[in-house]
Amino acid sequence: MNNFLSSDQLSGLIQAAYIIAGVLFIFALAGLSKHETAKRGNMFGMSGMGLALVATLVLAARNSQTLANQRPLAVTLGLVVVAMVIGGAIGAWRARTVEMTQMPELVAMLHSFVGAAAVLVGYNSYLEPGSETTGSLAAIHSAEVFLGVFIGAVTFTGSIVAFMKLSARMKSSPLVLPQRHKLNALILLVSAVLMVMFMTNHQSSAIVPLAIMTALALFLGFHLVAAIGGGDMPVVVSMLNSYSGWAAAAAGFMLNNDLLIITGSLVGASGAILSYIMCQAMNRSFISVIMGGFGSDGAVSGEEKDYGEHRETTAAEVAELLASAQSVVITPGYGMAVAQAQYPVAEMTAKLRAKGVNVRFGIHPVAGRLPGHMNVLLAEAKVPYDIVLEMDEINEDFPETDVVLVIGANDTVNPAANEDPSSPIAGMPVLEVWKAHDVIVFKRSMATGYAGVQNPLFFRENTSMLFGDAKERVDDIVRALG
Amino acid sequence: MRIGIPRESKQGETLVAATPATASQLVKLGYEVVVEAGAGDRADQPDSAYTAAGIGIVDAATVWASDVVAKVNAPTDDEIARMRPGTVFISMMAPARSPELVERLRAAGVTALALDAVPRISRAQALDVLSSMANVAGYRAVVEAAHAFGRQFTGQVTAAGKVPPARVFVVGAGVAGLAAIGAARAMGAIVRAFDVRPEVAEQVKSMGAEFVFVEMEQEVSKDGYAKEMTAAQEAATAAMYDAEARAADIVITTALIPGRPAPRLLHAATLDAMKPGSVIVDMAAANGGNVEGTVSGELVVTAGKVTIIGYTDLASRLAGQTSQLFGTNVVNLFKLLTPAKDGVVALNFDDVVLRGMTVAKDSELLWPPPPVQVSAAPSAAPAAPVAKEPPKPKDPRRSLYQAALGAIVFMVMAAYSPAVLLSHFTVFALAVFVGYYVISNVAHALHTPLMSETNAISGIILTGGILQIGQTNTVVTVLAVIAVLIASINIFGGFLVTLRMLEMFRKD
Repeated sequence: MNNFLSSDQLSGLIQAAYIIAGVLFIFALAGLSKHETAKRGNMFGMSGMGLALVATLVLAARNSQTLANQRPLAVTLGLVVVAMVIGGAIGAWRARTVEMTQMPELVAMLHSFVGAAAVLVGYNSYLEPGSETTGSLAAIHSAEVFLGVFIGAVTFTGSIVAFMKLSARMKSSPLVLPQRHKLNALILLVSAVLMVMFMTNHQSSAIVPLAIMTALALFLGFHLVAAIGGGDMPVVVSMLNSYSGWAAAAAGFMLNNDLLIITGSLVGASGAILSYIMCQAMNRSFISVIMGGFGSDGAVSGEEKDYGEHRETTAAEVAELLASAQSVVITPGYGMAVAQAQYPVAEMTAKLRAKGVNVRFGIHPVAGRLPGHMNVLLAEAKVPYDIVLEMDEINEDFPETDVVLVIGANDTVNPAANEDPSSPIAGMPVLEVWKAHDVIVFKRSMATGYAGVQNPLFFRENTSMLFGDAKERVDDIVRALG
Repeated sequence: MRIGIPRESKQGETLVAATPATASQLVKLGYEVVVEAGAGDRADQPDSAYTAAGIGIVDAATVWASDVVAKVNAPTDDEIARMRPGTVFISMMAPARSPELVERLRAAGVTALALDAVPRISRAQALDVLSSMANVAGYRAVVEAAHAFGRQFTGQVTAAGKVPPARVFVVGAGVAGLAAIGAARAMGAIVRAFDVRPEVAEQVKSMGAEFVFVEMEQEVSKDGYAKEMTAAQEAATAAMYDAEARAADIVITTALIPGRPAPRLLHAATLDAMKPGSVIVDMAAANGGNVEGTVSGELVVTAGKVTIIGYTDLASRLAGQTSQLFGTNVVNLFKLLTPAKDGVVALNFDDVVLRGMTVAKDSELLWPPPPVQVSAAPSAAPAAPVAKEPPKPKDPRRSLYQAALGAIVFMVMAAYSPAVLLSHFTVFALAVFVGYYVISNVAHALHTPLMSETNAISGIILTGGILQIGQTNTVVTVLAVIAVLIASINIFGGFLVTLRMLEMFRKD
């Protein structure tokens, strides 16, 4: 056993396992880009993770036999197993019980764990560098530790703020400190100075700059995300996803572990591209979203415009309208998630389809608080995914649509984006629902959306408002449809 | 300008091009409208109704001397001769099938607009008389069939025994076909339907009928009308027509190809095999008929007791209804012709609808018009994404210089870096680009599962923790245990929640 653990072949085996795991992760992400292959992709991911874990456990066993300053093998494995069982149980429990409407919070929470783990691993790597390092290698190792802890700390607090905003434990409006851009820049500058100090100092006092930087990075993560409004949360969540990947990659550099580097870069790159796709969908620059404070630069057109009167309707009238329609498009937004209205919406859809009405869904790329949020909710309620279409697929069909139901969406259906160049959301591609014959807007009140922009759609001649809780109103319609 | 509405001269025609209601709307557009005495009689629109609406009743000569003449059917030679050069003449005239008529209109110097040559685009639906008439005709075809059929349409279980529902087979799911499906369904029959355009299957189902598929290659129509099939396709469909017709009690055929004789769908052999008492309504009778033995305008009964109805005036048999729809189409045409609502015709050839309808003007032949490409179905292939124009075209050399500079800086740095770091960096750089390309094509709907998956994968940081647990330094061990614990939450939570979401996605 000891001979095997210390053999050269084993080290090759572990490397091979890591490479295969890396390839499996690539397959996992590739598989998840299509519905048909998504489940297989997830299986690849799980097998890759399983393989990597086994290889790492073997490596840990090997270390305990071959390296100095190691605990007995049984103790090491025991600790690992206990920690993993507890963590795994918590993870499995959350995964089973989470409401689909709370997916954004869960994902944000999970990001913070990766960030925290990266910070802890970084500190450990500083305290026990593993192999003896001297000279330039030591300086490089210090830089890797420093960067890893920095990114991990920003991810950690940033994700916690995102989690609190998404779960309404914190106000979702942007926190605007005076001179906030300069404040961020100052933190970065001080951190760079601290990094140089940390790299050149090989005494035990080097922990001081590391600790100061950790505190600064924790504050930076908090401040960055706190300055971003609730409406931009989909971008923030995927950006944090990217950060958590970079944190893992940095950990890979400091631990000389290629698997961590591969996996971290995969996640980092994919998160970055997702954020970019979403920014394009909102026609906003990535930088302006990250810097935060949508509409907070004093650019909101302050003048009160007279949009005219809005019309109210009742659930019974809407039911009648729907029953006589040929083609219906439903455009859901965050309001549907908040009201948990996806089940009654699915029931209404099934009833209308049974009557021969062509019902489809139009999903704006940034509807909800997480990319693809609406798709997940509708899938949960068993709406077939082939009638759930993207904005580009359905926008041309609105002129031939009899009825559009806008359920809890606001900015994503605002005609001002196309028609009013002075509007803060001007140029953002939107669902052109107003071109349909009739538009029914489900809304709690006449309040504005996250962008704080009034929506002229509500005052159009072919628009009727159905006020109240979206779930109750849709339930009323389902009853009226009989 | 004055619009004249003449009495239709065609034998048996019951329609009129304007009812009192639609004539009033023309007046609102600024025109003076006059109607020939008795023009609306057969459409239940007596002269008194026009007078009550303030429309003048005049003699034929006054009508034909008007600036604009709107009628239902193509003009006779006499009627053309009665018009002054420059008169705007509006009616159905089948310009593709009647080149002589078009030539006579051109020679007469009138501006001729063909109501039955409206391009099949959404905007032009409002003035498409063919759709209006086909809609009524489809309904009437079912009524005629029901009248000639010796049974009920609805299935019933009575004390006197069980009555099976009638089986109706509709060929062609255009406006007439869909109207027929709707009417037959409403009367309780079981309806099956076929069309050579597979993209209309959804519309057929939406009307409550079952769509009959034939295993063969089919093309998506480019101009909104069905195309004539190739010989090979026709052979494949013939067997289906035969089988469906034999099983049906009522067959309604609506297959038309613009500018050509109607395709022959049912042959004598099939008719002989149909049940005695079956009824066929051949709505293409005017163009030669889809059924062997159809007599245009007549009802015939074959030796095998199958009734073939070849009436060509199905829409005219509901004269009041059709006139109202036709008149509204005419009003919509005038709305396009008089954007200023000043009662003056302004024929704008930039408008594809007006250009498409215009057959002749100022002794110049304008038929056929340039083609308008439309499709009744959503286009089969998604349009190629339009490349976004960059806001400021940058000098391409500049980014090249920047890239070169970056490469040099990187190379200098690499020269002074230890080999270990470089090999890690190689892995890093490649993985970043793999990640970029793997994710670029992800379906929007899968963003959330993708994110939780990447989240689970980034829990790989767990391996770092595992390797550190074994260190004898107690602080390190404690921190590593915490790291392993929270990273495990990530891994298990992430994978399981991804699995849960993916289980939910389903297709109908």
